[in-house]
Amino acid sequence: MNDAITNILVCGIGGQGVMTATEILAEAAIAEGHDAKKTEVAGMAQRGGVVTSHLRFGPKVLSPQIAPGTVHVLLGFEAAEALRWSHYLRPDGLALVNDAHFVPPVVEIGLFDYPEDPIGQMRARGVHTVSFNAAIIARELGDLRLGNTVMLGAIADHLPFSPDVVLRSIEARFARKGEAVVDRNRRAFAAGRAAAQEPVPA
Amino acid sequence: MAANMAEMKPAPSQSRLLLSGNEAVARAVWEAGCNVAAAYPGTPSTEILEVVCTYPDIYAEWSVNEKVSMEVALGASMMGARAFCAMKHVGVNVAADALMTLTLTGTSGGMVIAVADDVGMASSQNEQDSRVYARFAHLPVFEPSDSQEAYEMTKFAFDFSERHQAPVIIRLTARICHVKGVVTVGERVAHTPTGYTKNPERWVMIPTHARRRIPLMFQRDVTLRAESEASPLNVFEPGSDRRVGFVASGPAYMHVKEAFPDAPVLKLGFSHPLPLDKVRALAAQVDLLVVAEEVEPIVENEIKAAGIDCHGKDVLPKLGELAPQVLKPAIESLLGGLPTPAAMPASAAQVFPRPPTLCASCPHMGIYYTLSQLKNIIVSGDIGCYTLGAGHPWNALDTTISMGAAVTVAHGMDKGRGPADANKKILAVIGDSTFLHMGMQGLLDATYNRSNFTLLLLDNGTVGMTGGQNTPANGRDIRGNPAPRINFRQLIEALGVKPERIREVDPYQLPTLFKVIREETKIEEVSVIIAYRPCVLVDEFHATQAYQVIDDKCTGCGNCIEVGCPAIHVTRRDKVVKPSGKEVDLAFVMIDALACTGCGMCLQPCAPDAIVLAENSNVFPLVQK
Repeated sequence: MNDAITNILVCGIGGQGVMTATEILAEAAIAEGHDAKKTEVAGMAQRGGVVTSHLRFGPKVLSPQIAPGTVHVLLGFEAAEALRWSHYLRPDGLALVNDAHFVPPVVEIGLFDYPEDPIGQMRARGVHTVSFNAAIIARELGDLRLGNTVMLGAIADHLPFSPDVVLRSIEARFARKGEAVVDRNRRAFAAGRAAAQEPVPA
Repeated sequence: MAANMAEMKPAPSQSRLLLSGNEAVARAVWEAGCNVAAAYPGTPSTEILEVVCTYPDIYAEWSVNEKVSMEVALGASMMGARAFCAMKHVGVNVAADALMTLTLTGTSGGMVIAVADDVGMASSQNEQDSRVYARFAHLPVFEPSDSQEAYEMTKFAFDFSERHQAPVIIRLTARICHVKGVVTVGERVAHTPTGYTKNPERWVMIPTHARRRIPLMFQRDVTLRAESEASPLNVFEPGSDRRVGFVASGPAYMHVKEAFPDAPVLKLGFSHPLPLDKVRALAAQVDLLVVAEEVEPIVENEIKAAGIDCHGKDVLPKLGELAPQVLKPAIESLLGGLPTPAAMPASAAQVFPRPPTLCASCPHMGIYYTLSQLKNIIVSGDIGCYTLGAGHPWNALDTTISMGAAVTVAHGMDKGRGPADANKKILAVIGDSTFLHMGMQGLLDATYNRSNFTLLLLDNGTVGMTGGQNTPANGRDIRGNPAPRINFRQLIEALGVKPERIREVDPYQLPTLFKVIREETKIEEVSVIIAYRPCVLVDEFHATQAYQVIDDKCTGCGNCIEVGCPAIHVTRRDKVVKPSGKEVDLAFVMIDALACTGCGMCLQPCAPDAIVLAENSNVFPLVQK
């Protein structure tokens, strides 16, 4: 609707840190001098339900809500959730997906099925998708809690401003926890950036 | 938040902050020098008071319900203090008794009432429109459409209230409360309460006085209408495309600007009383006039009643939000064209629903698992996390109406039962905070009127659904400081329940819970079972060693899955044919060690004892089998 505005959709499950991650991206956009609005459905969200966080930034943002078909980058914290929201992407949009599968009780009790290969289904729908496993990357770095910083690293090269702006926003968040924590997050951020690089065609 | 909340140092004036609408309102309340602020938690309004209490030099409280919070604010206003209360839309129903009379007394110190409508119903039982109450009570309404406006309007509302000696209603919606946007903040100006003036003709609302005050209220309507016509909060934006003009307020204004950037718009920031002259001026300039308002066609009907032709809910939905993708096609077809195929989005992929769940170790799971095992019962439910008991796998709730209704509906069911239900056991389920909000009165009514049902009081020591706020049930005030803690046994006894009919159980101990519920439902009088365990979101909860499943021992019976814990996952499904010829589904499970917090509820229904403490356990288990 408005070409000067960048639309980022972050999706996942209540409790994964979707809202905090989006807030860090919003702070980065504001630090770059953009106007920004961030919105989500909250309330029951922390109890394992679907969470989507909409981030819009640019010279002047009006409606905080992103319309289907207009997302530039979809940052998926969970594979089936990324598939659920993939129709929000523009035809030339990019999906960056943590290939983790969180199976809810309604699937465990046999009422529904978890989709076979959600990432493959996204690609079959024509969505340009880059996937990686943030939990494995975080575990290799020695702390599962670094997963969200890995996710922020993944999107950092796909924004209309320098990745350093996102990194500074992350550093500001963790500054009071000491240099060791900041440094671990720096490494997680770098690992996320590397994970979201396109494989070079052979 | 449960922890003692240190007062933060407020960001300096002229800071450019990323604030939600709720945070922006809180900042404005503090800057306006407000002296007293009160609320009961409720989505989407909760964060306002959570943030207000982090500011210095302001009295803040969690009140036990919305009526209480509004009367606390009114009392403070009578002393000449600046006062504030906040509530969700359904909270106004509770406060309405106070509201309908305080509009007659008016206020002394500036008083602002923030009401948050849950448009789209992310977390509410209905979608009622609070602007109806404002009209009912003849009070002015400000409707911000983003965080910056929420901040500015709230701050201005205190001055406005003092000028007109009437409270101002700030109508927020979830899309204002929870959207974060950029806000430039200002300076705080302290306010010293101007003092109480004895004036029974104003503050004692007996019929004689009310008869004198009502004409004053009508006079105020006229004054407010003139203010609204002149107010810079009601802005006319000329636009260039005169085919359609909009009257819009709240988030709908932003959606209109997004979808129709060139259309003339009358933006209603001060939406009651309506600036009808401004509406007339807009109508004269456009081919079609459309009112974009969320929920009820209130402005639309008032415009029509004034003899101005307009569209509204004839083309726009009456339910949910008016997002740009909702507005655009509706208005384009009104204009006679086909909706523009603006980058026709792909259809959504079919993915399973993911309803909210109870947390791992949530004490409510023990209650609902147990209730799901009982036959011939009716369970009257209430508002809170435990409303999720209506969902899978428990399907253990029969009713949910309003705060406190678990108790009174159960009582009514008992009195209304005929022969068809003579043998049914009636139970009611209510949380600690909901009981203190509006459940106590119902229990008194039930004991006084010799009812017969069993009330389960699920005491988790917090207001869980809204994120874990303090309550008289946990003995901490809004800032996390120690406060008097209610003794539920004494309270319930005082409400007329016999001491021997008050039972206390641990909701993690499933066989005991089952036995106590069976015993109490057999006795034909009111009994109360207090089930205490802290909510997993609060400081009192301590996670212990995780459990694991021994694969060789798991028989795939699926009993543990019925507990409903999100940490239990199926690894393999199978079918067997029993000697009787009956085919049985099997589901073999594992426990996610990262999600399991060791409550031990799942191992109690496990027949083959396949669930054991995870390896390397050195923690004493909470539950022993």
